[in-house]
Amino acid sequence: MALESYLRERLARKPLLVMTHVVCGYPSFEENLRALEVMAEFDVDLVELQFPFSEPSADGPRFVRANQLAIEHGTHTRDCFAFMARAAQRFPFKLLMMGYYNTVFKMGEAAFIEQLAAAGGAGLIVPDLPLEESGELRRLAAARDLDPILLLAPTNTEARLAQLGAAARGFVYAVARKGVTGSKTAMDAELSDFIARCRRVTQVPVGVGFGVSSREDIDFLRGRADIAIIGTAALAAWEERGEAGLRAFLAELLG
Amino acid sequence: MSLFDFAPGREGYYGTYGGCFLPEILTSTIDELRECFRACKADPAFWEEFRAVMRSYSGRPTPVTYLENLSRHLGGARIYVKREDLNHTGSHKINNVMGQGLICKRLGKTRVIAETGAGQHGFATATMAARFGLRCKIYMGAVDVARQRPNVFWMENLGAEVVAVEDGQRTLKDAINECLRDWVTNMADTHYVLGTACGPHPFPEMVSYFQSIIGLEAREQIQENAGRLPDRVYACVGGGSNAMGIFQGCLDDAGVELVGCEAGGFGPGPGGHASRLAYPDASLGVAQGYKTYFLQNEDGNMLETHSIAAGLDYIGVNPILAYLWEQKRVRFEAATDDEVREALRLVMRTEGLIPALESTHAFARAIAEAPAMGRDEIILINQSGRGDKDIFTVADAIDDRAWKQFIRAKADQYGA
Repeated sequence: MALESYLRERLARKPLLVMTHVVCGYPSFEENLRALEVMAEFDVDLVELQFPFSEPSADGPRFVRANQLAIEHGTHTRDCFAFMARAAQRFPFKLLMMGYYNTVFKMGEAAFIEQLAAAGGAGLIVPDLPLEESGELRRLAAARDLDPILLLAPTNTEARLAQLGAAARGFVYAVARKGVTGSKTAMDAELSDFIARCRRVTQVPVGVGFGVSSREDIDFLRGRADIAIIGTAALAAWEERGEAGLRAFLAELLG
Repeated sequence: MSLFDFAPGREGYYGTYGGCFLPEILTSTIDELRECFRACKADPAFWEEFRAVMRSYSGRPTPVTYLENLSRHLGGARIYVKREDLNHTGSHKINNVMGQGLICKRLGKTRVIAETGAGQHGFATATMAARFGLRCKIYMGAVDVARQRPNVFWMENLGAEVVAVEDGQRTLKDAINECLRDWVTNMADTHYVLGTACGPHPFPEMVSYFQSIIGLEAREQIQENAGRLPDRVYACVGGGSNAMGIFQGCLDDAGVELVGCEAGGFGPGPGGHASRLAYPDASLGVAQGYKTYFLQNEDGNMLETHSIAAGLDYIGVNPILAYLWEQKRVRFEAATDDEVREALRLVMRTEGLIPALESTHAFARAIAEAPAMGRDEIILINQSGRGDKDIFTVADAIDDRAWKQFIRAKADQYGA
């Protein structure tokens, strides 16, 4: 309940929360830390720390490259947890582990959840772990008051959405469109309908991600969703102009 | 053995291996595929339709050939070969591809995508797409594009678009990732023709089902030709589709030993081979949609792999074979690049056969083991593909001077 209470408390003050994303170890942990500082300046509410994986098959080209380079630079799971612990002490926002299931599986679910709790994480987003396979992980996470975040997709049947919505803890991550991360999403009536469908099936806050990259997108989501999820666009801003680029991007988006 | 009678709640699992680990966006697509495949498998007319296609289009049944010269040369067991190389497009890949083409038509989809390593699966898929009037895009690691140009040439001329994948190690696994990325975007009109018996359920079962045509034929043929079932069956294992195909013919015959032959590359030690089970360098993991043994590090990130044969150069192994290995039903061995080169030379000279470098891994193990077997014993090898596609790699490996001269002359002719 900790994550949902935190979000509810913030939602009482702000109509739309923001979750951002960094790929651990890319370009470096030092730069990750500076990116988080900029995010804190804008009162970001949640940050996903992506633990790099060699086969990021749900990610688009920019994140694929970031994952690959982070691994080539020698980023290990233990380094990601150490970074999370450091960030959790320093920043007011909540941190989520984001990554692929093999990273969790290889360490062992129990050990991974223990480390996540010890590092001060609030939950985890594992897009290639379906609900059916997550029973034990969900039980372990619940015991440590951590929330595994479920993804809801526009291709889901109503029955499937209802099943996911009922099982959701913390918040749900509504995937705005088909495809991988990092392409443009049309903010239109179809998406609006999908967000409304997500709302109907769950009690927890609704976050929307995939292709959220502009001020117009944020304006569109305000009043429809609870959390705007910004991934690739922020990394693009950092890659183009570093700290200043990210600051300008977030100012344009949220200022 | 009823591998495919799943316990409640364990559909798609073979022991602890297999499963279906996909992003939520693909749930309805994979559900639709699973239901369609279930209906086809339950319909005897579907199998007959499949067999008819394979008979008229691919020349099935492929024969079993007795290798009298090689058997005599080795002085041990009598060696027979199942000739999947004689299929249209030159390998067993066409079996799975035509089967999935029929499934694709039932699903009403108009576009297919496929990954390919050696290029045989991409070649077969491009052929099927042309025949069935489907749009076709083939993803192939840039390294493989460079080493298998002849197959790329044919795919493009058959009307497929070939994309060289530049991510990761730029081999088969990266091509699979790229297919998954295409599929999460285009699933509405696109079927993913996964080429090997790996990936999320129902692919391992479905690919094994279509490839079982190899084993069903071979079982009859070896009894006709040799008078009884073989003592050992050898098949190379990359993803594992040809091995599953031929092994299914003798899975319930306890007296038949099944031997899976993996890519030993430069030999044991992380990074120099693609042997998941024969060498102790792999561990259990979940990637590319399924649970099996992967060549990975302590963080679960995949290791570099190496093989002389692009089609075996892969990080994971068919979950059904991992289970059969654990049950001690299938023995796993590796053949190194050097052993494969030697075996190829011997088979070409003694029998006039040119197995693909992939298939030659099975020959290499059989050649190593045959001399210690009795003359009344019988070996069956699956020659999963033909080797003429490997002309560049083989010419390199044996350092053929005349070939190099020819290439130079060609380059001059093209004004390089």
